[in-house]
Amino acid sequence: MGINFVKALGVHPDALELRAERTKVLASNIANESTPGYKARDLDFAATLKQMQDDGDNGLALDDGVNAKYRIPYHPTRDGNTVELGVEQAAFSQNASDFQTSLTFVGMKIKGLAKAIGGQ
Amino acid sequence: MSFRDITQIAGSAMAAQSVRLNTVASNLANAQSAASTEAQTYHARKPVFAAMVDSSRDLTGSRVQVLDVVESQEPLRKVYEPDNPLANEEGIVFYPNVNPVAEMTDMMSASRAFETNVEVMQRVKSMQQSLLKLGEG
Repeated sequence: MGINFVKALGVHPDALELRAERTKVLASNIANESTPGYKARDLDFAATLKQMQDDGDNGLALDDGVNAKYRIPYHPTRDGNTVELGVEQAAFSQNASDFQTSLTFVGMKIKGLAKAIGGQ
Repeated sequence: MSFRDITQIAGSAMAAQSVRLNTVASNLANAQSAASTEAQTYHARKPVFAAMVDSSRDLTGSRVQVLDVVESQEPLRKVYEPDNPLANEEGIVFYPNVNPVAEMTDMMSASRAFETNVEVMQRVKSMQQSLLKLGEG
């Protein structure tokens, strides 16, 4: 019985990729903080992760932007911009921590595999 | 992984915010630049930001671009200063329509936004570095 690496790593590589993609979305929100009419967006994490796992190893298919949804602002603004810096900063920071978490999980899995291969 | 895109997005925002800081500096520096006609008087300058939507690539991230720098159309300040060498026949001097308080708040907002994007870049850099260390040790 061989080791299936994709199976062994589980959901974590997908989650890691999704976290990296979400970083981009949030960075874009922060970058457009003062752009009139810009609508803040965020990824639907659960839906996108499910889609990625159903699609198999095709990777992230966000080109249609289906799972990038618009954020509902707490306070509307005159210029139509829906970026709320505090919200975005909190989300960005949380997302960076989640990225590190996923990364740690992948690292642990890889260490486990290395041990199994080494026959320890 | 889209780290290069993120760096570009944060970089574009930093560039845009520095244009904004540039206009603020120019407006504040010229706040007292008098002139004898309305046309010659300095008008406050404001940058116009726009999201760069590149639909051919993907929809999740967009950079910022400075579309234009426009001159404010607010009325100029007319001051009666007959002994000013720039005064017209009626003794009127025109001062720019710069609002120093608004400019100061704009400056704070711009520098905070700049700092936020620097922070984004630092976080992305540390994420990337820890990704490179994956499987070590």
